Amino acid sequence: MNKNIAEAVPPPERKRVKLPIFSEIAAVPHMVWLALFVVLPLIFVVYYAFTDIKGDFTFANIAALSQHAGTFLTSVCYALIATAICLLIGYPLAFAISRASAKRQGLLIMLLMIPMWMNLLIRTYSLMAILDDGGIINGLLSAVGLPELHIIGTAGAVIFGMVYDFFPYMVLPIYSVMTKQDTRLIEAAYDLGCNRLSAHFKVTLPLSVPGIVSGITMVFVPSISTFYISQKLGGGTKELIGDTIERQINNPATRNVGAAISLVMMILILISVTVMNKFSDDDDKGGVII
Amino acid sequence: MKKRVLLLLSVTVIVLLAIFTISCGQNEKVVLNVYNWGEYISDGSDDSLDVNAAFEEYCKEQGLDVEVNYMMFDSNESMYNKIKTGAVSYDVVVPSDYMIARMIEEDMLRPLNYSNIPNFQYVDSGYLNPYYDPEQQYTVPYFVGIVGIIYNTKYVDDADIGGWDLMWNEKYSGKILQFNNSRDAFGTAMFKNGDSVNVTDEATWRKALGELKAQKPLLQAYVMDEIFNKMETESAWIAAYYAGDFLAMYEENPNLAFYYPEGGTNIFADAMCIPKTAANPEIAEMYINFMLEQEIGSANSEFVYYATPNTLVNENTEYIEYMESVYEGAMDILAPEFPEGYNLEYYHNFDDETLQMVNSLWEELKIDSGTDDGSVADVGVYITCVVIVVAVAAGFTVRYIIHRKRRKYY
Amino acid sequence: MKALSRAFMILIFGILYVPMMILVLFSFNKDNSTGSFGGFSLRWYGELFSNADAFVALRNTLILAVCSAALATVIGTLAAVGMHKMKNKYVKGAVNSLTNVPMMNPEIVTGISMMLLFVFVGGMLHLTNSLSFWTMLIAHTTFNLPYVILSVMPKLRQMDKHLPEAAMDLGCTQLQAFFKVELHQILPGIITGAMMAFTMSLDDFVISLFTSGIDFQTLPIYIYTMTKKKVTPDVYALFTLMMAIIFLLMLLIQLRRSGESSKEKNGGKG
Repeated sequence: MNKNIAEAVPPPERKRVKLPIFSEIAAVPHMVWLALFVVLPLIFVVYYAFTDIKGDFTFANIAALSQHAGTFLTSVCYALIATAICLLIGYPLAFAISRASAKRQGLLIMLLMIPMWMNLLIRTYSLMAILDDGGIINGLLSAVGLPELHIIGTAGAVIFGMVYDFFPYMVLPIYSVMTKQDTRLIEAAYDLGCNRLSAHFKVTLPLSVPGIVSGITMVFVPSISTFYISQKLGGGTKELIGDTIERQINNPATRNVGAAISLVMMILILISVTVMNKFSDDDDKGGVII
Repeated sequence: MKKRVLLLLSVTVIVLLAIFTISCGQNEKVVLNVYNWGEYISDGSDDSLDVNAAFEEYCKEQGLDVEVNYMMFDSNESMYNKIKTGAVSYDVVVPSDYMIARMIEEDMLRPLNYSNIPNFQYVDSGYLNPYYDPEQQYTVPYFVGIVGIIYNTKYVDDADIGGWDLMWNEKYSGKILQFNNSRDAFGTAMFKNGDSVNVTDEATWRKALGELKAQKPLLQAYVMDEIFNKMETESAWIAAYYAGDFLAMYEENPNLAFYYPEGGTNIFADAMCIPKTAANPEIAEMYINFMLEQEIGSANSEFVYYATPNTLVNENTEYIEYMESVYEGAMDILAPEFPEGYNLEYYHNFDDETLQMVNSLWEELKIDSGTDDGSVADVGVYITCVVIVVAVAAGFTVRYIIHRKRRKYY
Repeated sequence: MKALSRAFMILIFGILYVPMMILVLFSFNKDNSTGSFGGFSLRWYGELFSNADAFVALRNTLILAVCSAALATVIGTLAAVGMHKMKNKYVKGAVNSLTNVPMMNPEIVTGISMMLLFVFVGGMLHLTNSLSFWTMLIAHTTFNLPYVILSVMPKLRQMDKHLPEAAMDLGCTQLQAFFKVELHQILPGIITGAMMAFTMSLDDFVISLFTSGIDFQTLPIYIYTMTKKKVTPDVYALFTLMMAIIFLLMLLIQLRRSGESSKEKNGGKG
């Protein structure tokens, strides 16, 4: 209505003083912030990656990366599997939540977010208490006379930790995209002869792609760079690239190598995220996060 | 809506004001920055004495308004980093021996004025002029400890104990814990080999690396703090750790036992020092002196369980009774007598070159994926991964084909 | 179908909450163990309340989360308004991509890069403590900004851009139009963004680890540095209390909401 009226009756030409604060200028503090605290720090990483401990230019740090290729591959694999599991669980969950009654939706989302407010360290630590050889699962198993399971220190434990810690980050963006979908589209699909399943795959799923892409990013990136989870649940015998970086950075003697690994990891991740975002050819990326 | 905005704004303002007052209200106070290991002081929990509060009280009696800002670190290296980078300025720090040697070498510590620390006379003479501070200029020892092997008597045969090789015993595969730091981990292997832990030739270190690589498949984990939980809950059965910590674990699980392995082991000392950059060296010296008071030292010792070099504490019958009530024979463990020729060694500070070598060897161990044990699970990981990639690729291909078909039709 | 989806939800939320429940259970442990339960006691709650450090850390965490969320909300909202009106395609694209960098970048890289910068600047200025509350505030605000901007942006896009003009036609100044119309329209986005920023800041450990200084330790750092000894159940007790408070708040919000909606319904009928 408003729009029609506004278009029908052109506003009278009046001279308006445009306050700069409501134009592009408003973004200036943010741009300054970006320059100072995003771009500049990254320049420091580059600087450290290409210098040795004395500050001389060198390629040695980059050359030393080859010995970490195996670790990097392992991390990619772990993170990939964790992300796939998160997607397989998170997508149906997001769908189920988005179809619940409005009142219940709020509650369910809150239930999903509360674990995120409880710190990651403490969540991981309590997982350890459960999964450990003398932990709660094995306590229950031996109480009913079953043989003990050895979980901590296996790849499964690390991946489970990643899924447990990060899967709300998969559900939230998918959910938020799904709630915004126009339900009439589904009805239209039914009218055009789709059954429930085909309507889902032809309408709901394609429309959820931006949420899925965002969810994949938000699970994959922290998974690939984690070090706490692999330390606690992997027992430190399953080395991930995050462990390597953390150890190198915390040791002044190897700080430059750590910076080099970080740099390469960052570039690879930014490239893959950018490529992935191309698939969500939706302009409205903003609403994707929540 | 407006109300909500107002509420939000006012909350923000209040919080900002609160921060402002917090950051400005301390101007008249002297803040003493103490940097110590986590849980390494009697802090008032479990009905213990809150030593830092007691010190503040003590200062008040002297007419000084002092606030102790007690910060904790998790490793010598991270502490060193924070000081070295100039990121922070502390008044009292408590590093371990080899780190002290390094800090002295790099001129990071301030010589102490021992006349301000009269209680220094009560430090056991056996701990004076240690290798890391041969002229006794910079340090006052805080706690000392010796590494031994903790094992669970329920699962470990008595016949197997005695030496370092228990940590390599395949019978207990998957139940053994190893230190998650290079020096201590290599230490276990070098003591096992009968080598000195302070040699700098690469061959000896390589030999130790071989031992550690062979041990890796037998290990449950490389750990530091998790050792308590793992040993107490019997998740793991064998671990090398400090004598004082064994007492704490024994309190929770009396199936545990402890021995000093044959051949040799590592002794460490953590000592109080004042960095060059300290803002309040006089009060820092007061603090150090205060730590040596009988009551304070006993409180700390009863809290930390490590052995103390303070004779006032070691002669305190209350303290001895307390420790014996924790574990019968506690004092024998804390102050053991070793046979002639036993190799009780401090870790010495290394030059950069050796440090770098140790680092790269440790790196080699950590990224070594092993050959036999864990590999089965990891092959599974790689296969799953390939399956996922193939599935995703297939999905995209199908989508692409469908798209093209559609374009054809319309 | 419905029963199936309900069962699925219960299963997932069950798995999500079992470790939390274990944590609550062990906070009532009589023994000093986070692994075996010896019997019920309130011992660790007593211990917690005599442990000032944990509360200082908690207070610090909250102060930091509120401040960084507030700062990020202000800068982020302004930025969203500005970016929305940006004409130059390339500048817009560049700012957009840069905005996303802290969100896409692994936390460990963000943390490390900031630490390198702060330590360098601190060294240049000869500061005794180059890492402090302020560096953490900067770091947290930096990774909070994208969340605020991404929450506000879509609301701006959805907003009818003729609305502020209409308001000005009706006699509002530009300032009034902004506060009365635009802000009103994008407020839900701002609130979501602020909440998101608060959550992110509360949960952050990695970036805090690299940018925390001497006089300001947050809860995650406090827990992480318990490394030399062990994590005692009093930390569990602290988290149980926090969880209880959060649940209580949620319950209140839910109650208020349902109260509001029933009022609206009644009003609609009348």
